[in-house]
Amino acid sequence: MKLLTHNMLSSNIKGVANGFPLRIEVEKATEKQVELNAGFLRNVFPMIEWKALVDAAQLPEVADSSMLDSDFLNKFHHALLELHLEKDALVCPETARRFPVSQGTPNMLLLEDEV
Amino acid sequence: MKLKQLEGLLGDLQQFSNPKAELEQYPTGPHIASRILFTAENSFGDVSNKVVADLGCGCGTLGAAAALLGAEQVIGIDIDSQSLEIASQNAEDLELDINFIQSDIKNLGWRGQIVDTVVMNPPFGTRTKGADMDFLFVALKIASQAVYSLHKTSTRDHIKRAALRDFNASSAEVLCELRFDVPQLYKFHKKKEVDIAVDLWRFVPKDNQGKEGKDT
Repeated sequence: MKLLTHNMLSSNIKGVANGFPLRIEVEKATEKQVELNAGFLRNVFPMIEWKALVDAAQLPEVADSSMLDSDFLNKFHHALLELHLEKDALVCPETARRFPVSQGTPNMLLLEDEV
Repeated sequence: MKLKQLEGLLGDLQQFSNPKAELEQYPTGPHIASRILFTAENSFGDVSNKVVADLGCGCGTLGAAAALLGAEQVIGIDIDSQSLEIASQNAEDLELDINFIQSDIKNLGWRGQIVDTVVMNPPFGTRTKGADMDFLFVALKIASQAVYSLHKTSTRDHIKRAALRDFNASSAEVLCELRFDVPQLYKFHKKKEVDIAVDLWRFVPKDNQGKEGKDT
């Protein structure tokens, strides 16, 4: 699961006011090279919740689109698309409930009393 | 990529080994899948370089088609772990980088309208009433550009009304009518094969951007 996907997922447990972002518990992470697509990165940048991406990867804390040239673009690309969480869990920021991640796929199914 | 080539690649994908009737698991055939994505890309530019989500992805056929046509990132979401395993294997076989999420569409936690395009072949609501509407509701909540979806032709007016009036669509268009061939998968299927008339819809969501403020 890439950080791009992590940037979209939130905890939808009943009673949770803001389930985003989910905290990440890493047991296994890999890096896979992806060809850099500058046009895509420029388009997706405004959609990204920056602080969540910063916390998940090593990135400068403040960013705006004027910074989107070569060096920063590479770091953004790497963080967003090349880091993969294979195991172990995404954690609800309010209830600390763990959503297990195995083979890169998070299980977000809620229990009966969480709906 | 040519249509025939796309159809050929999709035809090699593994499908449900143990389909679950209550989830209305039916494979999206390569003929129909290739045409949906081909139209989405060539008529509307909704696929290449975009973030595409396949809701109720099953074995991942639609998502795979999107990736093959140049989607920058494909995300497949399904409730069933067995299907997701097959979908992951399919993606690996075609060397496609697709992210999968296991979730019930009814309580999917999603930050907002952050995917560009949704493609889906949702349950028709024959086993769980209203399942088709649940999927459409969520699709229009998470897509910023377009939603492609298959629904029974017999529900056409109902779908249009719900989409425009209740689900935040600014437009709802039937692109074409297709025959969805349903093979004799389940015990309650009496005929060897049945053709169901389905509409391929393209919905455009209204812009919800104002609601989700981006904090820096």
